[in-house]
Amino acid sequence: MTLRINADFVAKILEQARMEYPDECCGVILGPENSGDASELRPMVNAAHSPTFYEFDSKDLLSLYRELDERSKEIVVVYHSHTETEAYPSRTDIAYASEPNAHYVVVSTRKEIAPENEFRSYRIIDGVVTEEPVEIISTIGK
Amino acid sequence: MSASISAPTIEVRIPTILRPYTNSEKIVSAEANNLGELITALNDKYVGLGERLLEKNELRRFINIYINDEDVRFMGSLAATLKAGDSVTILPAVAGGRK
Repeated sequence: MTLRINADFVAKILEQARMEYPDECCGVILGPENSGDASELRPMVNAAHSPTFYEFDSKDLLSLYRELDERSKEIVVVYHSHTETEAYPSRTDIAYASEPNAHYVVVSTRKEIAPENEFRSYRIIDGVVTEEPVEIISTIGK
Repeated sequence: MSASISAPTIEVRIPTILRPYTNSEKIVSAEANNLGELITALNDKYVGLGERLLEKNELRRFINIYINDEDVRFMGSLAATLKAGDSVTILPAVAGGRK
């Protein structure tokens, strides 16, 4: 299934990845329940503060899910950055992927491809990774 | 069982990924005096759920369980006490990375 995402969110996620380098950055994009519509960008703190690992803070995680319930929202996208490697889910990413309905976006800030950026999206279900197309919607002129 | 006669009924919120174990129920309940008992009671009703939460009788590293608003890791983990009216939330960590 294609991930449709607005260009502004893509730019902001890549900017966050650069700002938090050399640590991995992370966050989610929320949308109305069952809509699949990635409409609300929510950068999260990487509680691991690590170049090789990310984890949402345990309290932030609870607040986020409480908010989803209260506002009838769902997590449409879970994103994080890889700092020096390909934007492809690692074994760790696959092992911990726990939202079968979410798009898992991985971006890379690795230098050898600079100034290009990698922004790729996957489904990760029961340990199986399926890459999916990303359709970037221009917000210019709206 | 005699141990559970006086145990309070605890409401437990189940995350999407574990709902296949609970017949798609989002909120389930079981009687228990502490978290360890609760997981045992849940596993009796929903076979296999316990294994997704525990490893070698310890809480799995990437499963977060909260009693009301508090992470059980700060409340004694499996020994954390439950009382009537407590609500338990299970959330898998959102985690990963290149390592």
